[in-house]
Amino acid sequence: MAMITNRRREVAVAMTLIAPFVLTFVLVFLYPTIRMIELSFTDAPLIGTGEWVGLANFKRLLTDNLFYTSLKNNGYFVLLTVVPTTALALAIAMMITRLKGPLQALILALFFLPYILPVSVVTQIWTWMLDFQFGVLQPVFAFFTGKPVPVFKNPYWVMPTVATVTIWWTNGFNVLLFIAGLRNISSDYYEAAALDGATRWQLFTKVTWPLLWPVTALVLTLQLILQLKIFDQIYLLSSGGPFNSSYVLLLMVYREAFQLNHGGYASAIALVLFVLIVVVSVLQFQLLRAGGNKQ
Amino acid sequence: MKTRKLENWVLGIGSLLAAAIWVFPLYWAFITSIRTEERVVSEGAGVIPDEFNLSSYLAAIFDTKLLTWYWNSIGTSVIITLVVIVSGMMCAYAISQMRFPGRRLLYGVVLASFMVPSQALVVTQFILMNDMGLINTWAGIILPQLIVPVVIIVYKQFFDAVPKEMREAVVLDGGGDYTLLFKIYLPLNWGITTALAIITFISAWNQFFWPFLVITTENQMTIPVGITQVNDAFGVYYARLMSVALLGAMPVAIAYLVFQKKVTEAVMISSGVKG
Repeated sequence: MAMITNRRREVAVAMTLIAPFVLTFVLVFLYPTIRMIELSFTDAPLIGTGEWVGLANFKRLLTDNLFYTSLKNNGYFVLLTVVPTTALALAIAMMITRLKGPLQALILALFFLPYILPVSVVTQIWTWMLDFQFGVLQPVFAFFTGKPVPVFKNPYWVMPTVATVTIWWTNGFNVLLFIAGLRNISSDYYEAAALDGATRWQLFTKVTWPLLWPVTALVLTLQLILQLKIFDQIYLLSSGGPFNSSYVLLLMVYREAFQLNHGGYASAIALVLFVLIVVVSVLQFQLLRAGGNKQ
Repeated sequence: MKTRKLENWVLGIGSLLAAAIWVFPLYWAFITSIRTEERVVSEGAGVIPDEFNLSSYLAAIFDTKLLTWYWNSIGTSVIITLVVIVSGMMCAYAISQMRFPGRRLLYGVVLASFMVPSQALVVTQFILMNDMGLINTWAGIILPQLIVPVVIIVYKQFFDAVPKEMREAVVLDGGGDYTLLFKIYLPLNWGITTALAIITFISAWNQFFWPFLVITTENQMTIPVGITQVNDAFGVYYARLMSVALLGAMPVAIAYLVFQKKVTEAVMISSGVKG
């Protein structure tokens, strides 16, 4: 009898412990997810109710040129950021781990600092650096192209520039992950390889790279998911322009919902983005696990 | 041995140079902010500081709502941090140390929500906040930011590692699970608690997309959203824009420099590369 009341009491206490999280989760995560699916089949405005329209929103999406432009730009942005930032972070991390003492702490702090800035601070600074008339970086553009470039108003320069700003802003995070990964590699491996007369390059390709692969895979996949959700920098630097050359999916969700008042259509686009990211996440999770089992 | 020493010198100087280039945008923003507006756009305003003029900082503080935005950012970020840490800790303790129906399902949901892109939910979250009358309120900013699954995942790992013998003394004294959590499990994990609190605070402080959607009046804006309004108010007065940006970044930058070790530790632990 005492056992049963104890058991009951344990369950009751557990319920009070999990209640705050579970209730918030249901309210701000689960319910909006269900509502999003529901709304995507209606022609509702942002605020107010709409009629059931079946798959009309999705059919419209498939014939919407802006959707394909956005999808293409999302892909382009991923190409411009994911692998470059990973390679750069690895190089910086390898440099930092070879430094010692206070110098190491200082250099790490300087490379990490941009990561803790609010995105709008980052975009304000870079807008000023790249200002067409007075930007401190315009002489660099003038040197290579012969004249100053209004980068955020130029369809060829806009995405590479936003990508560069993004890498500058977020790279410190990746550097940290690589430093942790490099520290986890036992120095025994290097000593053994050095005794065998391995060159620097061999040390990197035969020891560092394979042992670091789990961290590299983690960085690549975290970046992939993060960059698919790009909105802030694009909105603040170029607003999707010029001529939609930096339009992305989340910007499309924002415009449709909050500027054009198309709640239903925006939900349909959001649902597509949602599914896309969940699929990529699940795939990467499986891949990481498969990679982990091999070792 | 000599080449080794030379190499260290080259590496040290090279890395200093690389780091200097990396932080140049911040340096340039600072140099701009302490110049007069005329000097900023004049010919030959080079990279060497030649003026020390704080008038644009005064304009940033007194001609914008910066102080109000600070207050909104501090208030909402502190509340988010407290709620996320306390609710996450309680939930993690239950999952780690107690038996109740649905425990595995709950942990599965926590792990799964890690993969859910909250950005895709903004439309319906906005509708929900509107239905609850929370547009342009702190509660509206705070509520959707209270789900931080990684806090639960990290706490669970650390609670799992606490030796079972620690429980027994408390249980023999008739202490319940709340006593266990707050007298044993929390004090043993102060280090991880402060680390998680710091990164939760920084990420709440830096949040842009959601506060930007849910807040439309300047008086309720947070720092990251408010900063973007200054363009409209000032136009192209770059010294003032840079002053506002740097003042907006200051609290987290100081927090980072003070708690540098904790921040790096927290980032490593919460992304799972260090346990």
